[in-house]
Amino acid sequence: MEPTDTRNPDYFHRVVDCQWACPAHTDVPEYIRLIAQGKFSEAYLVNRESNVFPGILGRVCDRPCEPACRRGRVEAEPVAICRLKRVAADHRDDITEFLPRAPSNKNGKRIACIGAGPASLTVANDLMPLGYRITMFEKWGTPGGLMRTNIPSFRLPAKVLEEEIGYIVNMGVDLRLGTEVTSLKKLLASGEFDAVFVGSGAPKGKDLDLPGRRASLRATEHIHIGIDWLESVAFDHIKSIGRRVLIIGVGNTAMDCCRSSLRLGATEVKVMARKPRAFFKASEWELDDAEEENVEIVVNHAPKAFVVENEILVGMLFDKMEYDLDGRGRIIAERMIGETFLPCDDVILAIGQENAFPWIENDVGIEFDKWHVPKVDKVTFQSTLPNVFFGGDAAFGPKNIIWAVEHGHQAAVSIHKYCQGLPVAERLPPLLNLSSRKMGIHEWAYKNDYNPVERRLMPHVDLRERFKKINIEVELGFTAEQAAAEVQRCLNCDVQTVFEAKLCIECDACIDICPVDCLTIAANGPEDELRTRLKAPALNISQPLFVSGPLKHTARVMVKDEDVCVHCGLCAERCPTAAWDMQKSKIKIPYASDETTPCLSPQSRKTA
Amino acid sequence: MSFIAKPKIAHPSLPKNALGLTRRDYEGAMSTLCAGCGHDSVTAAITEAVWELSLRPEQLAKLSGIGCSSKTTAYFVSGGHGFNSVHGRMPSIATGAIAANKDLYYIGVSGDGDTLSIGFGQFAHAIRRNINMLYMIENNGVYGLTKGQFSASADIGSKAKRGEENVQPPIDPVVAALTLGATFVARSFSGDKEQLIPLIQAGLKHKGFALIDVLSPCVTFNDHEGSTKSYSFVRDHYDEVVHTDFVAPAQEITAQYAAGEAMPVTMHDGSRILLRKLDPTYDPTRRGKAYNYLRDKLAQGEYVTGLIYIDEKSPEFHEVNGTTQVPINQLPYEVLSPGSLGLGKILSRYK
Repeated sequence: MEPTDTRNPDYFHRVVDCQWACPAHTDVPEYIRLIAQGKFSEAYLVNRESNVFPGILGRVCDRPCEPACRRGRVEAEPVAICRLKRVAADHRDDITEFLPRAPSNKNGKRIACIGAGPASLTVANDLMPLGYRITMFEKWGTPGGLMRTNIPSFRLPAKVLEEEIGYIVNMGVDLRLGTEVTSLKKLLASGEFDAVFVGSGAPKGKDLDLPGRRASLRATEHIHIGIDWLESVAFDHIKSIGRRVLIIGVGNTAMDCCRSSLRLGATEVKVMARKPRAFFKASEWELDDAEEENVEIVVNHAPKAFVVENEILVGMLFDKMEYDLDGRGRIIAERMIGETFLPCDDVILAIGQENAFPWIENDVGIEFDKWHVPKVDKVTFQSTLPNVFFGGDAAFGPKNIIWAVEHGHQAAVSIHKYCQGLPVAERLPPLLNLSSRKMGIHEWAYKNDYNPVERRLMPHVDLRERFKKINIEVELGFTAEQAAAEVQRCLNCDVQTVFEAKLCIECDACIDICPVDCLTIAANGPEDELRTRLKAPALNISQPLFVSGPLKHTARVMVKDEDVCVHCGLCAERCPTAAWDMQKSKIKIPYASDETTPCLSPQSRKTA
Repeated sequence: MSFIAKPKIAHPSLPKNALGLTRRDYEGAMSTLCAGCGHDSVTAAITEAVWELSLRPEQLAKLSGIGCSSKTTAYFVSGGHGFNSVHGRMPSIATGAIAANKDLYYIGVSGDGDTLSIGFGQFAHAIRRNINMLYMIENNGVYGLTKGQFSASADIGSKAKRGEENVQPPIDPVVAALTLGATFVARSFSGDKEQLIPLIQAGLKHKGFALIDVLSPCVTFNDHEGSTKSYSFVRDHYDEVVHTDFVAPAQEITAQYAAGEAMPVTMHDGSRILLRKLDPTYDPTRRGKAYNYLRDKLAQGEYVTGLIYIDEKSPEFHEVNGTTQVPINQLPYEVLSPGSLGLGKILSRYK
C-alpha cells in the first residue's frame, strides 16, 4: 500500500466517526469533553456553530453519529451523543451575548427564504451576521416548519423550539407568518430579492389508493395522511381519535402517529409493517419508545383494502406475507400466505412523503426531473435558475433536520458568493489542525483512561402520567450522575494517534501495549493481503488502515487498523522516541462567514 | 511506566487458542519498565508463545532473580505460579521446584547481571544438572537498574551513554552454555518476534535445560551510537543461522522446503521443531562445530542468532536423579511422611 497521506484533512476527520457521519460535522468529542468539565454553555456553543439547534436536535435528531460511534464497535452500545447534546442545552446559562449578531449597516443584499423550517433558519443564521436582509415566508402562523408540525410536543416541547428559533429570528429576520408564497414567478418579478432560498420541505404525504379508500365521505374522514394528521394535531385542529387505530407504515412518522394516537384517546394501536423488522425504516430507539407505550408492531402484513360497512370504516384487509432471505438478509422471494382482517376505527397512512411545488411555474426557468424534483447542484444547492437555491427536504426529498441544517450552511455559502458575483462552485476546502496533547512523560491533556461504564438509559415519565396531556415531554433528560458517567464513555477519537516514521526504532513497544491489537509492523503489501497479516486481522473494511512510509531499520511499515482504536494513548506513552504522539485534531468546516466579505463596508465589518 | 492500566477490551477479531482464550488472557500486570524497553517485547513474545501452545496459565511456573529483567515475570500470565528470588539465585529455586513438581512448565527470566555476574555459578550448575526449564537471559550489556554501568556481557569497545569505552572482554552466555554442556542453546533479539516466539515454544517443550539469550536493548542507557547492544546495531549485525518453526503435535508440516534445508526434530511430547538452515554448512546438532562457528562470527562482530545447538537425547535432571513422578504436593500424607518408625531408621543412618 502507498503510505497514508495524513495531510489530507479527510484522513483524520474520518477517524472521528461521529463527526464524519454527522451531515453538519458537529465537533462531538469536543463538546462531550466540555460537558465533562461542566462547561455546558461552551458545549452548547460548539454545537450551535455547526448544528444551529442543539436543544431541538438533542431531542429529535436522527443521530447518524450514534450508529457510526466507535464505542459501538468496541462494545455493543455507542455513546449517547444525542442526549448529551440535550444535557448541554438543558444546563447552559444565558448564552445570548455569545450569539452572532446582525450589523446595523446592511450590505444592501436581500434574500427571500421560502418556508421557516430548519434549512431556511440556518441560511438566515449564517447570512444575517454578514449584513444581509432576510425575508422569510411561512404559510403557518408559527415558524419551525416540520419541526413544529410533524414532531409531537411530547418529544419536542414548544418552548425549546421557540427559544432556538428566536435566537435567529431576533437578529432581525423579516419573518412573514401566515404568508404562503403562491407564485415564484411573482416573487422573482417583484425584483425585491437578490436571491431566493427554497426551504419549503417535502409537504405532501403519500396516499394509499386501495379499494374502499373513497367508499364514503364518512369513512374517508377516518383515513388520515400521517404528516397532515400530525400537523392538525400540532395546531389543535384534531383533538381526538378512535379507540382502535391502525398505522400503515413503519418509519419515524409512523412512530409519531402511533404515540400521538395514544394521547388522543386510542387504546389499541397497531403499526402495520409489510416486511420483517430488519427492513423497518424507523430508528431502533423510536421503535423502542413506541413499544414501551404498548404499541403493537405487526410484521409481514401488506394492506389490501379498507373495509367499509354502512358507510363506516370498520377495519382493513391485509395479505399475510412470507419472505425468503439470502445469507446477507436480503429478500429473494416473497409470497402471500393468506388474508386477514383487522378491525379499527381510524387508519393513519404513514408511508412516506414527497416534494410538491405547485407554486413554482413551469416557465420560470427551474428544471425538474421526471419525479418533479428540482435539479439542484449537490454541492452548491443552486438550481438551474442561478439566483434560486434549494435546501432541506425541498432539495433532494425527505431526509432529516440535521441534513436540512447542513444544506442551509452550504446554500448560505453559495448565496453569499452569488451575491458577491463570485463563482459559487469555488469553495474553501475544510482544514484540519493538529496539536499535541502531551503534558509530561506520561500525562496527556485529555482523559485517556478507558472507562468501561455502560450506556446510560434515558429516564422517562411514568407510563400512566405521560398520556394525561399531549405535551408532557416523555424524556426527562439525563440526571447529573448519568451525564457524568456517559461523557466518560467517549473515546476522544479526535485525539489522534499521529505517527512519525523517521523517529521509529522498531522496538515494538507500541505493538505490545496496544489493548486492541490495532498496530503491526510488517512488510508492506497490497491492502487485501496486508489486512490478513495484522496482529488482529482487520476485517472491518469500512475502516481505513494507516500505513507509514518505510521504517529506517528494516524498511517494514507501521500499520494501524483504525477500526477499534480506543485512543488510550498507550502507544504514545510507551514510545521511547515520540514517534507516536497524541494530537488533537480540530476540523474547520468553512461557513459563509469564512468567505471573503468585500460587499461589507469597512465600518460595518467591524460591527459584524 | 504508565499511569493507566491497559484497558480490558480487545479487538473483535482477536484469535482464540484451543482453550478458547485470547492472548489477552495470558497477560500480567502493567510493566513499570522504561518505555521502549526490549524486555517488554520479550514479555509479549512469551505471552504469545504460551497462548499459542494453549497452556493453562496454572501449568506455568515463572521464576526470576533481581534486576530490570527479573521484573518481567510479573508482566505475563498472571494466572501462573511465580517466585522472585534473591539476586542470582533463581536457578537454585528452580532446581528445588522442578525436583518437587515435574508437571509444570518452568520459565526463568534473568538478565546479564543476574546470570553472568552474581549468578554465574548458579547458572553453570543449572546447566550441568540439565534441569527441565526454559532459561531466558534478557541481555542488554548494562546494569539498567543502577544507571547503566557496563555488565559482564558488554563488548570490548562498546560505548557507554557518557562516552567511556568498555575495555574488559565479555562473557558470552551462549559460548559459556555450549562449553558447559547445555542441551538447547539459542540466541534471539527482542525486536524479532517471528524468531523469538517459536524458540520460546521449542524451549518450553525441550527436555532439559533450554537457554535463550535474548538481545534486549536498554532504551535508556544503552541505545545510543557506539553501543553494541542498541536496536540499530543489533539489526545491522544480526546473523540468523537457523530459523526454527514450532509445529504442535497434531499439526501438519505444510510449507515446502528444498532438500537438506529443513531439519525436523521431534520433541519428547510429539511436537516437532522444524529447523530451517539459513547457512547450509551449519549443523545445529554438532556442539564442536557450533562452538567454532560462533567464535568466528563473534570475532567478526556478528551476533549469530537462531537455534544454535540442540540435543534431545541427553538425560535430564529427573531421569538422572529418579525424582518423584507425582508432584510432592499431590502425594498422600502416608507416602510423604515416613512415620516415627521410618524417621528413626533414617536418623539412624546418620548416627
